[in-house]
Amino acid sequence: AALNHGLRSQVSAALKEGRVAPTELCQRCLALIKSTKFLNAYITVAEETALKQAEESEERYKRGQPLGILDGIPVAVKDNFNTAGIETTCASNMLKGYISPYNATVVQKLLDQGAVLLGKTNLDEFAMGSGSTDGVFGPVRNPWSYSKQYKEKAVPKSHSEDEESNWVITGGSSGGSAAAVSSFTCFAALGSDTGGSTRNPAAHCGVVGLKPTYGLISRHGLIPLVNSMDVPGILTRCVDDAAVLLGSLAGHDPKDSTTIQDDFKPFELPNLTDVSKLSIGIPKEYHAPGLSSEILALWSKAADLFKNAGAKVVEVSLPHTRYSIVCYHVLCTAEVASNMARFDGLEYGHRSDMKDSTESMYAATRREGFNDVVRGRILSGNYFLLKQNYEKYFVKAQKVRRLIANDFMKVFKSGVDILLTPTTLSDAAPYTEFIQEDNRTRSAQDDILTQAANMAGLPAINVPTALSERGLPVGLQFIGRSFQEKQLLTVAKWFEKQVQFPVIQLEEVKRHDSDVFQHQKSASFS
Amino acid sequence: PLSFFSLAPWVPVVGLEIHAQISSNSKLFSGSQVQFAAPPNSLVSFFDASLPGTLPVLNRRCVEAAVMTGLALNCSINKKSLFDRKHYFYADLPAGYQITQQRVPIAVNGSLSYSLCIDNKMSQMVTKTVRIKQIQLEQDSGKSLHDDTRSQTLVDLNRAGVGLMEVVMEPDMCCGEEAAAAVRELQLILQTLGSSQAVMAEGQLRVDANVSVHHPGEPYGVRTEVKNINSMRFLAKAIDYEIQRQIEELENGGTILNETRAFDSKLGCTVPMRDKEGKQDYRFMPEPNLPPLILYDTKSLPANMNHQQVINIDWILERLPDLPSVKRKKLVEQYGILPEHSFTLLNEDGLAEFFESVVKQTQMKPKKVIGWILKDLLSYLKQHSLTVKESPVSSFLLADLLNLLEKKEISSTAAKQVLAELWKGEGKTPLEIVKEQKLELLQDQKELEQICQAVIDGQENE
Repeated sequence: AALNHGLRSQVSAALKEGRVAPTELCQRCLALIKSTKFLNAYITVAEETALKQAEESEERYKRGQPLGILDGIPVAVKDNFNTAGIETTCASNMLKGYISPYNATVVQKLLDQGAVLLGKTNLDEFAMGSGSTDGVFGPVRNPWSYSKQYKEKAVPKSHSEDEESNWVITGGSSGGSAAAVSSFTCFAALGSDTGGSTRNPAAHCGVVGLKPTYGLISRHGLIPLVNSMDVPGILTRCVDDAAVLLGSLAGHDPKDSTTIQDDFKPFELPNLTDVSKLSIGIPKEYHAPGLSSEILALWSKAADLFKNAGAKVVEVSLPHTRYSIVCYHVLCTAEVASNMARFDGLEYGHRSDMKDSTESMYAATRREGFNDVVRGRILSGNYFLLKQNYEKYFVKAQKVRRLIANDFMKVFKSGVDILLTPTTLSDAAPYTEFIQEDNRTRSAQDDILTQAANMAGLPAINVPTALSERGLPVGLQFIGRSFQEKQLLTVAKWFEKQVQFPVIQLEEVKRHDSDVFQHQKSASFS
Repeated sequence: PLSFFSLAPWVPVVGLEIHAQISSNSKLFSGSQVQFAAPPNSLVSFFDASLPGTLPVLNRRCVEAAVMTGLALNCSINKKSLFDRKHYFYADLPAGYQITQQRVPIAVNGSLSYSLCIDNKMSQMVTKTVRIKQIQLEQDSGKSLHDDTRSQTLVDLNRAGVGLMEVVMEPDMCCGEEAAAAVRELQLILQTLGSSQAVMAEGQLRVDANVSVHHPGEPYGVRTEVKNINSMRFLAKAIDYEIQRQIEELENGGTILNETRAFDSKLGCTVPMRDKEGKQDYRFMPEPNLPPLILYDTKSLPANMNHQQVINIDWILERLPDLPSVKRKKLVEQYGILPEHSFTLLNEDGLAEFFESVVKQTQMKPKKVIGWILKDLLSYLKQHSLTVKESPVSSFLLADLLNLLEKKEISSTAAKQVLAELWKGEGKTPLEIVKEQKLELLQDQKELEQICQAVIDGQENE
């Protein structure tokens, strides 16, 4: 059976062979976006421009000159990437109505390859959060909340409760992108990942979430949270698709001085059959406090899977893991304080009506434009950067960061190829439960398993693994060596094949079914 | 200076922070153009305007300019230097921070030699040295103009992001004159290198002075920073005023505040600057979007490096032009002129070339030519506020005139008359003027006797 063949062999083939037209594909996705509006996954739907792009793609296919695999493929982009002519808000009052004059490099690359940009997806304000609940356009709902699988397992608590209050979060901060991919409204989406913001929602929404190595993909045009940790993230329904997206986006960008100079060669993933030469590391510190017994069991099962297939599975130690959250807080807030300094209402974005003085205008603009989470991080960050605190906090955190990165280096040097860990502590929480704690607390809890990879700049991927007792997705994370995405994705693909994660059964998707969707045996759109 | 009230003398201490705008086509971290007096906000890239998501990209030419300048000032060039963010909020700073080099600048520990004339007579020159603490690369800010009548501030970002070299001179100077001489020499060096055009009037060279006074043997006094000095003339004035002000303040039992003061050129004094309340904490942080700047020399240059991607310090060193001090030495040695002459020659743009050109075209000895250049020509130029380039008397014409003098066809008094006539720029040659005004030297003894007799006779009749 054709499992997990993704873009390359299914949709792209269908487009090429004329079995489906780009405009048709686009229209179906737009219709599905409309009927899944309650998910609140999209902030802006660029219907007109998307259809135009689809038409242009169609012309190219007619002439037999498609630009590549991505030609005509509908994609969505997190609303913290600059898109020329289409609003970029970062889910903040500060940038409501802001129309950027330029495209982020990754957006430009997608467009240059003929991808159809459906719209901008919802997120936590300025990507700060782990729930996609703290943006000004409201929270994103996890599509699985409305899945047959979840509804079947839901225990009716009382008559007054309906699915309205039971819905679960997507995780964050790239929740909109994850939900968009999960609900089939697009074939791939861009997210960003600073502490886990692509992998976390990928795990909760049952999709593949790839965090590439820092420096592999250009950040030019990605509105930064933490410049030294941010990466554009890739969300797809199968690992093969992630490899396709990676191939189209990676490579040196002269506009981003933190991208490596080396040539990047896009690759096709081999179908790994023999894992006997593989060494999988299980970091014991990732058995973190609060890890659900369900996920612990799943993690263990996965380890056994590798072992039984002949791979070497060893317990390893990353001793500085427990300092990573605190370290992250210092470095993240410090960079946030710095990066947000440009939002003063003068050149672009929201400007307060306060006219008493430049300073009062700045203060009012920033108070009005930023939510509490953003303001809180700015205040903390400025505190850490004060002259008397700099050594104690910022420099110390930098040193700890080095130790965390070294932990990984040591383990990889000892012969381990890939690390296997959980991605989240539990399955997705109901929204009403999630918001009982503040953003900072939640972030601190939820980032623990994903955030160290950002500290070390390493590539990491969430692979949807199984459904929880509640019928919600649970994923596991693979962390690889710097710039060894090919090996990472090859192993991830093998694992994906073994676990056969079920397809979401959504009423809305069924209704908009097309041949393309129907014959999917797996979570891939291929 | 001696004080009136205390017996101990005061020792003034002056240090300088000089910002020189780098002469380059585009800005330090973006591709927008660098140009003086362009229409407001016409030279602003997305990065300069701090649009979210934009990133800095280092301009190679700016790095080369800084390396050249560092080498010319005898600095050690740091093969690895770093960029930092310096945070403060101001309308002309769109990102809310300036990218600078606070931790490890590109060049350190240099020196600058400059000369002063003792007692203003140009007869005795003394050479002094000031240590260069460091040179750092940083962004210039935009310009903000306060329109108080309409209660608004107008912001022009054309200058935002232009590359600057900040040259920090240690407090080795003692007065306005020394500071001015040091800055003048720096200006000449920058112009010779081409790393900055260093024209103060166009804001390409800005000087802030750090001034303090103390008694000998005691620790340095509290220093003030003097800003808003717009010309070389005001530089010496501002510093000397501040020194005097501090001395008077202290002698009257007052204290000096560690503050920033602006020089008011109309009143000729320094005044406290309004908007600096309390000390600013700039919350320095490494610039995360720029990797460390790595420079190479011939020894450390890796074999397969793309030449375009690296800067080789030795390569730049080999190609440095003759610095003013070297040029002066050569002029003295080659032409036998006095050292102070060589200073004046280099101080006027184009004057040294003019002098050399005249020397080539005349038999008159350079030692004599120099007098004509420095006294006659230069004073004419100064009187009429002309540059050497604008001189109506070309080197050819002057050489022509000096040849007449040298051949004793005219007297030196007559020569001065001819020069005055030449100055009118009517296109006449020296010879024509001599003939017109009958200025030929009479060599005939008899003829001279007749004229003298006629004069004496004329006088007797009165």
